[in-house]
Formats: sequence, structure tokens, C-alpha cells
Amino acid sequence: MSNKTIFSLLVIVAGFISAPTVSAQQSTLDKMKSSGAVTMGVRESSGALSYTLGDGKYAGFHVEICNAVLRDIQKQLNLKTLDVKYSPVTSQNRIPLLQNGTVDIECGSTTNNATRQKDVAFAVTTYVEEIRIAVKANSGISSLNQLNGKKVATTTGTTSVQLLRKHERATGVNFEEIFGKDHADSFLLLESGRADAFVMDGSILAGNIANAKNPGDYRIVGEVIAVEPIAIMMRKDDPSFKKAVDDNIKKMMKDGTLTKLWDKWFLQPIPPKNAKVGLALSESTKQAWSSPNDRPAEDYQKK
Amino acid sequence: MTLDWSVFCKDTLTGEAAPRCFSFLFGMDPNADPTYLDWLFTAWGWTLSVAGLSLVLALLMGVMIGTLRTLPPTNVLNKVFAFLGTVWVELFRNIPLLVQVFLWYHVVPAFFPVMKLFPSYLLVSIALGLFTSARIAEQVRAGIQSLPSGQRNAAIALGMTTTQSYRYVILPMGLRIIIPPLTSECMNLVKNSSVAFAVSVPELTLFAMQAQEETSRGIEIYLAVTGLYVISAFSVNRIMAWIEKKSRVPGFIAPSTSGSH
Repeated sequence: MSNKTIFSLLVIVAGFISAPTVSAQQSTLDKMKSSGAVTMGVRESSGALSYTLGDGKYAGFHVEICNAVLRDIQKQLNLKTLDVKYSPVTSQNRIPLLQNGTVDIECGSTTNNATRQKDVAFAVTTYVEEIRIAVKANSGISSLNQLNGKKVATTTGTTSVQLLRKHERATGVNFEEIFGKDHADSFLLLESGRADAFVMDGSILAGNIANAKNPGDYRIVGEVIAVEPIAIMMRKDDPSFKKAVDDNIKKMMKDGTLTKLWDKWFLQPIPPKNAKVGLALSESTKQAWSSPNDRPAEDYQKK
Repeated sequence: MTLDWSVFCKDTLTGEAAPRCFSFLFGMDPNADPTYLDWLFTAWGWTLSVAGLSLVLALLMGVMIGTLRTLPPTNVLNKVFAFLGTVWVELFRNIPLLVQVFLWYHVVPAFFPVMKLFPSYLLVSIALGLFTSARIAEQVRAGIQSLPSGQRNAAIALGMTTTQSYRYVILPMGLRIIIPPLTSECMNLVKNSSVAFAVSVPELTLFAMQAQEETSRGIEIYLAVTGLYVISAFSVNRIMAWIEKKSRVPGFIAPSTSGSH
């Protein structure tokens, strides 16, 4: 390779490395006005919060809240049409896709914590999650301390992984961690017997159990390992959109819409199998609704 | 966009800076809790283990199956072996790698429950090894069939049995011919070991995904992981180049270009 070829290759590579710095993004409300469309990030198997019905359709507690909020914003902006597109995201790519504009609002099961607040903004907390354990009913396990020497499944790219590590270190209980690549995969590990327990947010456990072949084979047991606020995510530094979303959610909190939605998604049979999740409204969630806030998970641990 | 490399010195449990960044080497005091750098190197070890185990399996099975496919159809046994070789290659070439990994991890243990006790890295190595063995078998077949027919005929004329003709005449030259595509295949194997993350082997890709989630410093983490993959694959490349140079038979193969110099 001649010197000239090497030099030109180096220039091209340098160009790629130095090229795009993040340009200032227009506010989401302006984007909605100019394009008449908005993209909602949704999850494929996040319990009853956000899941797929197959065939490109998505449903869930947070999906319905986001749909209602976007309809309200459409009215407030006086837009004739607002095309809501659904884009499935994973624990891995939800923040990068939000930051680069592929997704405008993420309505899944994202924990609000201080590290993430450096990169994105969260709406007021709509759901307070308790991390619990799901086991097979006939395994006789009823607490995290009984998991010594057993296999515990959790999903890659979630906050539960780090929580388990800290717990293991703190209590000296020695268990083997298995990572599923997503929540459905982790539940499959429990179902097929490769894992003895599945540690994840209670709603995801309940949702997966409700959709399992034999829901009666499983139990959610044990003490609450951690409490985490779950909220809808938006881009950082976009105060007009955050205010619009927050105001609409607070309105739904005050006029009882959220209580009705909770009943619809967590206490009544839900598609696709008409199974009941059966998760009662917890005190912490009720409190988050009565005093709306977007405090991160670290604040909840200080209590 | 500034890069913050101190993320690697952070404790994986608390997220604060640890006293020593790297506590892996012998003679150094291990940290109480591992740092991300410790975890990175543990993950690299797993990647190399899975790749190494798969490589052994792939080379053994690949050379054997490739040889079987080139057997002359003189008797029934040869024809059966050749047919088995074809079945093997077509089976493992027509199914995507990730699907094969899931088959070995979820489906096959459902038929043979004893396999549920196998550790996941063993099942992934089997899947990756057999997938690559089909490709190596085809390369071996190509190398053998590229030899002039006079070689095989001369061996038979000298009174060698089929086994002897392969052992002393055909395979030595055939295998030397295919060292370049075999190098690619070995490098591919190192890179394909990243599918092991899907069945919970704690290797580099899983480390990258989990550490990126915990520290939110995706760029530094992925740059480091990419660097380690490049080093691993390039080392395989250089080892194969050394093997090629050492095993070259002067005058038998057209003069090879002297690489990059």
C-alpha cells in the first residue's frame, strides 16, 4: 500500500471519529407539530406495564397512560392528526434510542435513578415497583436467604443484577447467577428448571406468571429486596414536553383515571390470554400518586 | 464528547473508586469488591475459553468430516461415510448460529434431561464448534479436491491403502493449501463466541451490556471490549501466519506473496 493510500485512509478514519457531535435537538413538541407524528418506545414483555399482543400491537398500563397523554397533547397543540408509531425497545437500547431521536417517549418499565437522570428525564412516577422473587411453588423456597447454592435468574441490562450482587455481598448468601437475555427468556429459565428463582420487579413476575402455561405452579415469595420508582422516560433538556406530559399525568392522578387503569390492567383479566395479574395497589404507589414527584430510586432507599 | 476512563476503576457494587484498579495479577492484593477492570478481564477469560473449546471441537470434527466427504465411492462403506459427511455439513450449515445455540441450550436438553446439568459454556461450545466444523469440513474438502488427481492415483499405484494415501499424500498437502481460509474461520470463531451472552455465559458481550447499563458510560465500555476482541482475533491471525510459514513446503505451492511487507 503506497503512502498516499495509507494517508487517505487515515483521513477518512479520522473523519469518522471526529464527525458528528450531538447537534441541539428541537423540542419534542415542535417535532410533533412539524411532522405530525410521534414515536412511542414500548417493551415486548414487561409484565402488565408494556407488552406485545403480537402482530405489531402493544398494550399495558404505561402504554395506555402514554396514549392518553399523547391524545391530550394533540388536543392542546390543536393538531388535526397525530400519528403514534410504536417502536419496541430493550433494556439495552432504550436510552440511546431516546437520546438520538428514534424514540420520543419511552413507556415501559424503566427505573428512575440518579445515574439515568444524567442522560434522560423522567415523568412523575406512576408506579412504584418492589423487587421480589418468583419460584416454583413446589420448591419450598420462601426467602432470599434460602437460595444458598442455588441458581438465580435475572435479566441482563437491568438494575436487578447489581442489586443481587450487593445483596450477595452483604448477607454472605452464595448463589449462582444466570442471565436471561430478556424477561421472557429469564422466565423460561425458571420454567425449564435451569434456575431455581427469578428475581425481578414484582409486576414483571406477575405478568409472566399470568401468561405461563400453568400459572398455579409459581409463587412470588420473599421479602422486598428493593423499592424502585418506575416512570415514563423523555429526552433531557426538553422542559416544554416534560411539563406537558407531567401536567397530563397529574390530571389523571387527581381525577381517578389512574386508579381505574390500575384496576383494568392489574386486577382484571387482560389480553392476550385473559389472565389476571392480581397485583394490588401498593401503599408506595398510592403515595407517589397523591404527591406526584420524579425523585430517583436513591431517595426511596434513604427512608 | 469527553471519554471518562476512570469508570474502569469503579467498584462494581457501590460505583465508587476502588483503591486499586486492577487486582487480578498474582502477588497483588485483591480488592474487596471487583472493579470493572477486574470484571472485564474475567469476561475476556470466558470469551477465550469458549472460543478455545469450540476451536478444538471444530478442527477435530471439521477435518474428519471433510475427509469423509472426499472418499472415493469404491465400496459401500465409503459411500455411507460420504453420505454421513454430507448430512452433517448440510445440517449445520443451514441453521443460523444463534438458533443452533438455543437448540443446544433449550431443545436438546428437553430430549436428553442429563444435558440440563451441563454448564452453559459447554453447550455453547458444542453449538459453536459443530457450526464451525461444517464450514471447516467444506474448506478441507475444497483443499483436498484441489490437488491433482495424479496424487491419489500415484498413492494407489504405490500400493497404499486409502487410509495410508490420506495420511501420507493427500492430507499433508491439502491442509497446507487451506491455511488462509482456515485462518478466517478461526478468527470468525473468536468473534462468534459473542453469541454465548444469550445463554448466560459471562463473557465480553454480556459484560459490555451489563456494565453499560450500570455505569451509563457505554462508549468507554464498548471501546474497551472492541479492543479486546480485536487483540484476540488478531493474535489468532498471527499464530496461523506463523504456522503457515513454518509448515510451508518450498516449491509445492505457487510462490506466496510475502504478506504486508
